[in-house]
Amino acid sequence: MPSIVKPRVAHPSLKRNDVGLTVRDYEGQMSTLCAGCGHDSITAGITRALWELSIPPHMIAKMSGIGCSSKTPTYFVNGAHGFNSAHGRMPAIATGANAANKELTYVGVSGDGDSLSIGLGHLCHAIRRNLKMLYVIENNGVYGLTKGQFSASADVGTKSKKGEVNLMAPIDPVMLALSIGATFVARSFSGDKEQLVPILKAALSHRGLALVDVISPCVTFNDHEGSTRSYIYTRQHLHEATESNFVPPAREIVAEIARQGGTNVTMHDGSVIHFSRVPDNYDVSDRKAAMDYIREHPAEVVTGILYADESVPEMHEMNKTPSTALAHLPYEKLCPGSAILDKLQASYR
Amino acid sequence: MRSGINDFAFKLASVNGTGSASSSILLMQAIFRMGVPVSGKNLFPSNIQGLPTWYEIRVNKDGYTARAPQYDLMVAMNAQTYARDVAEVRSGGYLVYDSTWPLDPDLFRDDVTFIGVPLARLCNENFQGARERILVKNIACAGVLIALLNIDEEIVEQLLDEKFSKKKALRDSNTKALQLGRNFVRENYSCPLPFHLEKMDGNKDKMLIDGNSMAALGAIYAGATVAAWYPITPATSVMDNFKSYADKFRKDKETGESNFIFIQAEDELAAIGMVIGASWNGARSFTSTSGPGISLMNELLGLAYYAEIPAVIVDVQRVGPSTGMPTRTQQGDILECAYASHGDTKHILLFAANPSECFDFTVRAFDLAEQFQTPVFMLSDLDIGMNDWVTPKVKWDDNYRPNRGLVLTAEQLEAMPKFHRYLPEEGTNVPARTLPGIHPNGAFFTRGSGHNKYGGYTEVPAEYQEVMDRLLLKHKEAAKSVPPAEIVKRPGATVGIISLGGCDPAVREAADIASKEGNPTDYMRIRAFPFGEEVEKFLADHEYCFIVEQNRDAQLRTLLLLETNVAKEKLRSVLNYSGFPLSARTVLDAIAAQVEELDAVNR
Repeated sequence: MPSIVKPRVAHPSLKRNDVGLTVRDYEGQMSTLCAGCGHDSITAGITRALWELSIPPHMIAKMSGIGCSSKTPTYFVNGAHGFNSAHGRMPAIATGANAANKELTYVGVSGDGDSLSIGLGHLCHAIRRNLKMLYVIENNGVYGLTKGQFSASADVGTKSKKGEVNLMAPIDPVMLALSIGATFVARSFSGDKEQLVPILKAALSHRGLALVDVISPCVTFNDHEGSTRSYIYTRQHLHEATESNFVPPAREIVAEIARQGGTNVTMHDGSVIHFSRVPDNYDVSDRKAAMDYIREHPAEVVTGILYADESVPEMHEMNKTPSTALAHLPYEKLCPGSAILDKLQASYR
Repeated sequence: MRSGINDFAFKLASVNGTGSASSSILLMQAIFRMGVPVSGKNLFPSNIQGLPTWYEIRVNKDGYTARAPQYDLMVAMNAQTYARDVAEVRSGGYLVYDSTWPLDPDLFRDDVTFIGVPLARLCNENFQGARERILVKNIACAGVLIALLNIDEEIVEQLLDEKFSKKKALRDSNTKALQLGRNFVRENYSCPLPFHLEKMDGNKDKMLIDGNSMAALGAIYAGATVAAWYPITPATSVMDNFKSYADKFRKDKETGESNFIFIQAEDELAAIGMVIGASWNGARSFTSTSGPGISLMNELLGLAYYAEIPAVIVDVQRVGPSTGMPTRTQQGDILECAYASHGDTKHILLFAANPSECFDFTVRAFDLAEQFQTPVFMLSDLDIGMNDWVTPKVKWDDNYRPNRGLVLTAEQLEAMPKFHRYLPEEGTNVPARTLPGIHPNGAFFTRGSGHNKYGGYTEVPAEYQEVMDRLLLKHKEAAKSVPPAEIVKRPGATVGIISLGGCDPAVREAADIASKEGNPTDYMRIRAFPFGEEVEKFLADHEYCFIVEQNRDAQLRTLLLLETNVAKEKLRSVLNYSGFPLSARTVLDAIAAQVEELDAVNR
């Protein structure tokens, strides 16, 4: 995708993270998306979250498919490896990449066309495999690069820019993920950085696949009256079901939070999601409660970390792979050698 | 005239799902252990239970393993196909049938000896339960053949001991059934038949194994750690075997950890995607599939080609187009694999002809894929992949180390001012690659969109073309590294036969027969694409060549016409696309007909 090199001047007083880098070190090329695109705010959120978690840039793998959303990995963490693959196939390629090297942090960025139409099957099966990755869907209800067709997430009754009305029921990635056993499901809004960054940090610390659906208005094709993915509509219907903060592992604050009460989910790596607000009768570890809650609020965009379960093994745990990345195993460990081959062949008689 | 000792063929007609294949394999193994060269072909339906199935066994002391030209003995155990089976026995041959029920008089043939054995009655009298009676009937039938064909009983006993070492009850019922069949024919007919088996020493240093097992073993020895696939006949047993070998040889005894990962994908699109993701990350990764899977993989094969990511695809070909005939053999994926994906693409193909080559070529496929940073197809077919073959044991060199191609180390990257992904050293065509997580200087953005030699996005014509031109040179360069064509020359030959893969046994036999009849031909077996210089030379050196292959559209011939300088009229096709493996007779007849035609034109 086209990109413009960003001038890289960092003010000496900029704060540094645990690996000695400033937030500027987690930026990418200049975005070439439309001015005001929700995706750029998500890019900023991802940049922030990765910096705050102090993940060394070269240990990050940015995975994407095709579409406006899939362009965005160019716009964050220049020093990371990126793979802008084919339309809808990102989950499959990420599965293989993760299988080969579990030591990297996988950031998958996809869109509603990429994940809910052409790549829907791959998304579902990546969720089932529970591979450890952050999976962001930048959801704008529309195909931007091909100029404004409805996507599968468009609501019934929503109007396209040309005035066409969508009559087909949408696929809601959150309900879909919950129904097929996803272990971390969240929804946020690109216009709410305060909420988005902690959600992304929690998602990045999740044991398996963390699906974060981010409503991200398309300023060019889906920000008009009659659209249910416009800035105005989203702001009017936003409903923050859960409010949470992310607390990295081994900090004193953990103890403090424990004293404060509220609902906590302890992540696999020891970090904690501290829920300062969760509705009554809503348990973030109860799949059914999450689904019921969303169903009970059909007219609202329900946001927050809606479900989290740290008890389910991720892909490598299920497959009992060693702690070393498979790609780094020495060949000597992989080849059984000539004596075993001779013995084996002698048995085929 | 054939003596018939260790030179005959028989066919067992049965119903699938009744255990007929396992009793046929038992017979094959017994013949193999008698030291007699043997080949077997399971001609089975795409079905679980209840449809006609056949198993052909050819015994040939000279080691010819192609499909038998005719059947000396038919074991007709399926009423559904009886009429067809009776018609297939050669004149002077024999037919075994179940005489529990009277035979339709219309189906008798004067020139065939009928051997009636009341198998159903014998089994019903001696066994309880419908399922057991059906299963033991096939074993009783094997007993009949033991007597008729003089199969070594001690060897059969030993095989049963091995098979049922932990299941005494089954062992006993098998022995009983075997004896029922054997004793009945011994008491009522003269045994053995004029054609039969005698022990010899024809299988030294050989084993009895199918191609899919050997391809799987090749992947193990090549060091593959990520296997991703979607089930499909006839490639499923590649992955089934990979899994069982990996469970055996790749599990840490102390920790129980697996030094591999085995992923059943949601479809072939995902399977190849996973292979590409894993290879991008530095693991040796592969998938196995058949034609329909290759069709689905086309999209991402173009990505791997253009982004220069290694990938190994084992393609066990079956009959197309569409679903075609999933349990029948063909070589219909040659062109599809050669140019898989949209846009300008060319891939490296290896054509294995037997299980030993399935092993060797799978190992080589991994080396080539990483050396040239591109997808490599290891093609076999259903006949090679799923049937058991008497095949030479492969040797493994413990000094072998994978050729990982140009991969920059952390030290190299540290010393490097700037890494550019698609910029090879002057005068070479393969650029160095980096693996994620190795060093900050190695990070780059992999993309299937237009890119320049530095790895940056481009829509500039000259920059795009520069990369595409290098990819073409890279593919050409691979001709020097792939297995060369195997050429057998005969004095006095002016005509050449060219073939590939699973046609090999039939073509070799046909060439031998033709030579004995005074028509020597040279033979070139193509083992890879891109074609090497030896292919061009063979084409130039012969007045005309017959291209023998198993598809309707002469795909190898087309590939030769496209990718060499040969003149179109020089290449004549011999095609077999029935779904059944090729026999030498088919090759000889087709060539004879064309020679006659050519002579008529020249006259």
